[in-house]
Amino acid sequence: MQKMPQWADVVLIPLISLILAALLSALVILAIGENPWAALKLMVDGSMGSTYAWGYTLYYATNFIFTGLAVAIAIHARLFNIGGEGQAMLGGLGVALIALYIPWPHWTLALLGGAVGAALFGAAWALIPAWLQARRGSHIVITTIMFNFIAAALLNYLLIGALKPSGSMEPATGRFPESTHLPTFQDMFSTAETALFRGAPVNVSFFVALLACVAVWALIWRTRLGYEIRAFGQSESAAKYAGISPTRIIVVTMLMSGGLAGMMAINNVMGEAERLVLNAVEGAGFIGIAVALMGRSHPFGVLLAALLFGFLYQGGAELALWTSIPRELIVVIQALVILFTGALDHMVRAPLEAIFLRLRPAPKPARKTEPAE
Amino acid sequence: MDFLTLLQVLDTTIRLATPLLLACLAGLFSERAGIFDIGLEGKMLASAFLTAAVAAVTGSVLVGTVAGIGAALMLAGIHGLASITFRGNQLISGVAINFLAAGLTVVVAQSWFGQGGRTPQLSGNARFETIDLPLAAEMRDIPIFGPIYAELISGHTLLVYVGLLMVPLTWWVLFRTRFGLRLRAVGENPAAVDTAGVSVVGLRFAAVAICGVLTGLAGAYLSTGLQAGFVKDMTAGRGYIALAALIFAKWRPWYALGACLLFGFLQAIALRPDVIEGTLGFEVGVQLLDALPYILTVVILAGFVGRAIPPRAGGEPYVKER
Repeated sequence: MQKMPQWADVVLIPLISLILAALLSALVILAIGENPWAALKLMVDGSMGSTYAWGYTLYYATNFIFTGLAVAIAIHARLFNIGGEGQAMLGGLGVALIALYIPWPHWTLALLGGAVGAALFGAAWALIPAWLQARRGSHIVITTIMFNFIAAALLNYLLIGALKPSGSMEPATGRFPESTHLPTFQDMFSTAETALFRGAPVNVSFFVALLACVAVWALIWRTRLGYEIRAFGQSESAAKYAGISPTRIIVVTMLMSGGLAGMMAINNVMGEAERLVLNAVEGAGFIGIAVALMGRSHPFGVLLAALLFGFLYQGGAELALWTSIPRELIVVIQALVILFTGALDHMVRAPLEAIFLRLRPAPKPARKTEPAE
Repeated sequence: MDFLTLLQVLDTTIRLATPLLLACLAGLFSERAGIFDIGLEGKMLASAFLTAAVAAVTGSVLVGTVAGIGAALMLAGIHGLASITFRGNQLISGVAINFLAAGLTVVVAQSWFGQGGRTPQLSGNARFETIDLPLAAEMRDIPIFGPIYAELISGHTLLVYVGLLMVPLTWWVLFRTRFGLRLRAVGENPAAVDTAGVSVVGLRFAAVAICGVLTGLAGAYLSTGLQAGFVKDMTAGRGYIALAALIFAKWRPWYALGACLLFGFLQAIALRPDVIEGTLGFEVGVQLLDALPYILTVVILAGFVGRAIPPRAGGEPYVKER
């Protein structure tokens, strides 16, 4: 029996968790001697006050949509993919190889090729943990954590070795050729008179991210595979009786999850940096966890949560620029969001459920039992 | 590689293995009681910061260490609250704690000391001093044994010896006391423990608290023993290596010592590329050595070389009535 209406589960609980996280963050800001209200205003201004600010907010949001979807799709199969960071790193490697070694005639083809390469490399990095979980029972959380570190070491090795142009001192690949340059919002929306999004990194991959949201929604709720994934996530034994192969679901889900995380690279590597640098992912893989939990693993929720974190990220950068509050405040907020929406879910949920149970009209008018007099 | 170089590398191994060992034993207590803990990293980091900060302010490393243990215990309390009381997802809680520590330490350090998220350099009584074991100087001249005793065994800080002593102590507590038996039982079959009239919640909170104290010591060692002060993200993945060592050791104390020494050795030789090249005759990438603990753990997890089976009730909140 459902204890609360659906809207409370979908809207109210994330909202309350967010408010709790915001209140605690405000306390932190107060404790270090700054004004939380001024800080919030600065963040809103810095992340939404101009098209330039929006350009950064949406750029970060694009990263978080991809990694958030990656975590969300795995959650539907009750798998916790904590390896988005490593998968996105490998996605960057895929994009770099494809952009550097294949001559692309036009950016549209380069985008397509880059997306495929990023997804393939990301998926490949998720394959071994997936297979180990499915066939050997090794816990996917532990293996994906290990693979994050192995990915970091691998990229480190490649970027100071094979991929570094000779003569360069920096651990990074050379610049990608001009034909792989993705149009930014500035290229797309500015007119001769008014320059919009000037210098902001948001680019056409934002629309790819939106497409990915729609695609994931269709996959989860409108296809046979999506049904099997959800069935498996609800009850492994029931899914087995229904003839669904656990191995297949685990491997396929993780491949898609890794592919989505990898596809983040078309935004940060191909769209923004236009070369592969060390530590290009910058924690976006982990933010995907917060985004997916906050967005209740629904693509639309993921989109909203990604925008929220884009705002936090860009706003936090502005805070660090203008006040003495360091950028790491965002990490604190992110941690609190994960804590309240993920781990302390019951703490928020239990009192709400009690309230809704009390408010619920009795199913039948209760028969009055008159005390015998 | 000559004898003295070997001793130097092994000496570094012991120093680098100590934080791993303390964190690994911390995880051992927690996971044996059925509480997965991927927040070892965060607790170490929080303790490393508060130990260094309080030691810098008070000038006493002991006061600092107590404060650091307090910080780790607070985070352990949050983890216990989330995963025992509110029956939340233990993995997600651990992730949150890691981020909480990574963010808060820098934010607080910046506002407290204003040095870009670090604490001032520690010196004198604000650090753990090295302890020379008795007769170390006198025995130095004895061939083979002398240098081993004087260089390798003697001359470490207090927490190194504490870490090494924790191994037999952990073994004794877990396998030779009633508390240990119950603690292990609660990680395998909490319902049976509950039926016997022992509090599952109490035992699990006790395990999480022990985990907090040990990660606190690990963090304190990082910032006051191994290094002189806190810097941002100074744990650098050690909590995860400890986790890997725990799996590598199959949740057993003596194996944990072996695994941590092995991983410490990998870190130690990564610092001496000249020694590797001199011994093996070819160059080994530092990155490979960095990745080796994780690769080895995946191989162990895959079950091709001796299968690692975690405590059966690990990761599952205990619900009394179904």
